[in-house]
Amino acid sequence: MRHKTTDRIPRPLQRAEFEWEIPASGSMRVPAIIYASAELIHDMDDKVFEQAANVARLPGIVHAAYAMPDAHWGYGFPIGGVAAFDADQGGVVSAGGVGFDISCGVRTLHTGLGRNAIEGVKERLADSLYQMVPAGLGSTGDIRLQEREMDAMLSGGARWAVKQGFGHKDDLQYIEEAGCMSGADPGAVSSQAKRRQRDEMGTLGSGNHYLEVQEITEIFEPTVADAFGIKQGDILVSIHCGSRGLGHQIGTEFLKLMVVTAGQHGIHLPDRELACAPIHSKVGRAYLDAMRAGINCALANRQIITHLARRAFERILPQAELSLLYDVSHNTCKLEQHVIEGQSRELYVHRKGATRSFGPGHMELPESLRKAGHPVLIGGSMGTASYILCGTREAEERSFSSACHGAGRAMSRRAASRKWRGRQVIDDLADLGVVIRSPSMRGVAEEAPGAYKDVSAVVEASHRAGLARKVAKLRPVICIKG
Amino acid sequence: MAHWEHFHHQADIGVRGCADSLASAFEQAALGMTAVITDPDSVADSIAIPIHCQAPDRELLLCDWLNALIYEMATRKLLFRRFSVALDGNELNATAWGETIDPLRHQPAVEIKGATYTELRVEQKPDSNWIAQCVVDV
Repeated sequence: MRHKTTDRIPRPLQRAEFEWEIPASGSMRVPAIIYASAELIHDMDDKVFEQAANVARLPGIVHAAYAMPDAHWGYGFPIGGVAAFDADQGGVVSAGGVGFDISCGVRTLHTGLGRNAIEGVKERLADSLYQMVPAGLGSTGDIRLQEREMDAMLSGGARWAVKQGFGHKDDLQYIEEAGCMSGADPGAVSSQAKRRQRDEMGTLGSGNHYLEVQEITEIFEPTVADAFGIKQGDILVSIHCGSRGLGHQIGTEFLKLMVVTAGQHGIHLPDRELACAPIHSKVGRAYLDAMRAGINCALANRQIITHLARRAFERILPQAELSLLYDVSHNTCKLEQHVIEGQSRELYVHRKGATRSFGPGHMELPESLRKAGHPVLIGGSMGTASYILCGTREAEERSFSSACHGAGRAMSRRAASRKWRGRQVIDDLADLGVVIRSPSMRGVAEEAPGAYKDVSAVVEASHRAGLARKVAKLRPVICIKG
Repeated sequence: MAHWEHFHHQADIGVRGCADSLASAFEQAALGMTAVITDPDSVADSIAIPIHCQAPDRELLLCDWLNALIYEMATRKLLFRRFSVALDGNELNATAWGETIDPLRHQPAVEIKGATYTELRVEQKPDSNWIAQCVVDV
């Protein structure tokens, strides 16, 4: 079931082949701009348009509320939503605009191996990874963080994890913010959020989170592929997960606090789910402090999982060398410099289900990647392709340097679990050469590849809209599903 | 008759409790939330957990109630199958009964991250029955 337009919801007008606009009207302060093909727009739930138009009503929003080609109905902001706010113009920060899974993201690792190296050992490698990396509801890691260590982790992110022996110092340069989000305040994170995280470090979680071993099947842009250190036939590892229970609890608590205090801040919410607070307010600042700690939690988590994946590979393929290609976060609010009408401004950019895509030459990038642009890592869904793209200079003007983050669901979980059986999905994928390990058959059915949109269409639209350029296509070989 | 149902959300899932009293609708919504994770009939009710919440209105109270259960499930590694809710204005006192997660037996499909304000509604229908619903993020 999809929601189709009622009179209340504006229809987007086509502005270019891959660009659509809902012009500002009524209380909208700016237009909403959606990047998509005609087919993707046609299939988009009208709730996306309603939510994007609602975001355009928030105080201090700059330029436009954006939706990426994979946009779908979220809570408050659409998933695949991007919006930037100017704190000095009454701009707000929204817990719903970041999402419950703060800094959920994708990290991709080189292995130094080609497809032939893993052909005979796929099952054993899958077992080793499944044994080493805790996945699924109720799973716990071996690390128990007491209060002081928890605070150090929340301040230090992946940098903390490397100091604890999880990985190498060299890893850090290939992570956004060099592995450590500054401005995090563990004191702004509640004891409940910390309690929820106590034994969840180094765990994948569940739902659409996974660890995949992948093979590069196609290179679209050899020069950039060279800069990223990849070529056809290479085996890579991708990890998709976030800040686990800590991020979820921060999101839960601040969503309520922002709803309860909206009136005090003179904010009229078109919908409660748009809960937000002025950036220059006690609640706004506290959320940013806590959310940044949540980002560090996610970065530390992916760093620990990297360490576990390295150990799992060592047992089966000791010659493998797992080094970072890059680590992106797609649920964040970050303070960034952007040029608006020729003027450089500091803006708080919300990306909810959207990937940063700085163009070539951006100073935030490590030197070895600076000429190529920000790697944009797009996850697939067990049986479908993943993609590696690179950021563009055009994206700076078009979307505050943002691109899509994945395929996005086409079918609800309930519909998927009615349509497929987990065992059958696993057998069908085995026929295609994909080995699955998961603690839950129902979870596999709900995450069946057919329940997702066509990731290739989403990537093509991002490429054609100029948000990011296609570099490589990958196919899954092993998937550890949470 | 008191019952729960799931309703459509593209990425996540909606839970709705329906009953002839508000407290019972809250209980059913909680049971619907368990059903997002596993078959509630596969869960034993050997452990009792007391829950208390207070909120400015009954919509926020529903989210607080579901979020309190999510917190207990996450930190105690539990699943719940039975609930007893007492409401006094916008204050809730409840007991939730359940057991420790056994991944092999329960086959938990997904972890719930939080109860959202999307499609959040707590209201009495013209037929005097209550519904209590929202989308949960998974």
